[in-house]
Amino acid sequence: MCYCRRRSPWLFHMNSGSCNGCDIELIAALSPRYDAEQLGVRLEASPRHADILCVTGPVTAKAVGAVNTVYGQIPGPKAVIAIGSCPATTNVFIDSRTLDGPLAKHIPVDVFVPGCPPRPDAILQGVVKAASILAERNNGSQPAALPVVIGEACGEPCFRASEAQK
Amino acid sequence: MNVDSTLITALARLLIFPGLLFAVPAAWFFLWVERKAVALMQGRIGPPFMQPFYDFVKLIGKTAPDRPGVGGMLMRIWPLLAMASAAGAVGLLPVLPTSGGFEGDLILLLALLEVPSMCIIAAGFSSRSIFAEIGSAREAILSVSYNVVFLLAIVSIAASQHTFRLETLATLPHTPLRWIGIVALLICLPAKLHLNPFSLPNAEQEIYSGPMTEYVGPELAMWELSHGLEWIASTGLIAALIIPHMAIWWLAALTFVAICFGIVLLLSVVASATARMAIDSSVRFYWQCTLIFAGLAAVIAVATPILVRLKQ
Repeated sequence: MCYCRRRSPWLFHMNSGSCNGCDIELIAALSPRYDAEQLGVRLEASPRHADILCVTGPVTAKAVGAVNTVYGQIPGPKAVIAIGSCPATTNVFIDSRTLDGPLAKHIPVDVFVPGCPPRPDAILQGVVKAASILAERNNGSQPAALPVVIGEACGEPCFRASEAQK
Repeated sequence: MNVDSTLITALARLLIFPGLLFAVPAAWFFLWVERKAVALMQGRIGPPFMQPFYDFVKLIGKTAPDRPGVGGMLMRIWPLLAMASAAGAVGLLPVLPTSGGFEGDLILLLALLEVPSMCIIAAGFSSRSIFAEIGSAREAILSVSYNVVFLLAIVSIAASQHTFRLETLATLPHTPLRWIGIVALLICLPAKLHLNPFSLPNAEQEIYSGPMTEYVGPELAMWELSHGLEWIASTGLIAALIIPHMAIWWLAALTFVAICFGIVLLLSVVASATARMAIDSSVRFYWQCTLIFAGLAAVIAVATPILVRLKQ
């Protein structure tokens, strides 16, 4: 079961007020050049089918309700990836009166992929990390683990999809 | 053949070959072939061989969150019913040369093939999601349009050869009429299996996941499995009509699997090469263009015996 969970992460993409930069990079990560389907990744249209919630954007005050609803609609076990610097820190929009961020204030985040926007290979690495966190997680209970931070800023090497299959 | 041996044969066909024991791994294999073919057409490597199996096991292990205001029992029954009827349809296929069968099993097969589509319609409406309702309405419209052609083609093949028994139909010699019918059936398959250009009911991203929007974990796993079994049942029906009569059982089974594989590959390539059509153009396509094939087959089926009688 753990192995199957790790090899079949289905994503649901949610924009909580992003500038669209990270959304484009997430779609690029699923494109033929990076080919995330090798890892079993599928971008699902309904949060009911998903395992991993990918959030972009600094969480505007209006998006808080939607973020909480969508998080509640994903069946357990689930994981959350914050894509870009905005959901991690609210980035350049910090102290804006229209924001209610960062994301970790509202839902537990497992993996941060910082960058403005992050590279598609960093996003893929984040998905693989989230899938391995997910595989260890029991139904329902969400153990409080320290979130993982992905990216070239942390000195991690560039990521290729074929390496994760080994 | 006495009652006991008939029952044992029927059970063996339903549970072992070409039933569940063969059909479930074959369903996963065909789902993989579909995804892999699309990936190769797009210049990607695509999912690993075991991917549909991983997806199925993962979905079985998911827990359902609360769905306030939704009929839980009904939502659990529809995918099971769809899966069971698709498995039953696979069990009826005349793969082996002396596989039994009975007079009229073609009609039962057609009815069982239609049940998953009905279940999808009912499932969408019982989940009370607006996207699911749109998907179900589309499925209902599409089902009305392709079924006229599908049934007309099958009935004209059966009527021209004077039998509704699948095994007899499979062993009879091929006529030009049968080939016209097979072409009509092949054109109906993308709509029956919700593939591009007729992927209207489950139109990905357009109406979320269509009728499946609210389905979670094990229910979704059953839908995936029933979709795979539908692949086998409908491609198997065409394969049974194409394969010439063979006395050696393993050769017959091997040819059956090879032809099914060929049809799956063909449909996947067509699916990845085409874009989704609008619902009105799909209905127009079936009722105006494809109906000609099926109508021609039906006219020949009716006219041939009359002409033969007139000559005498």
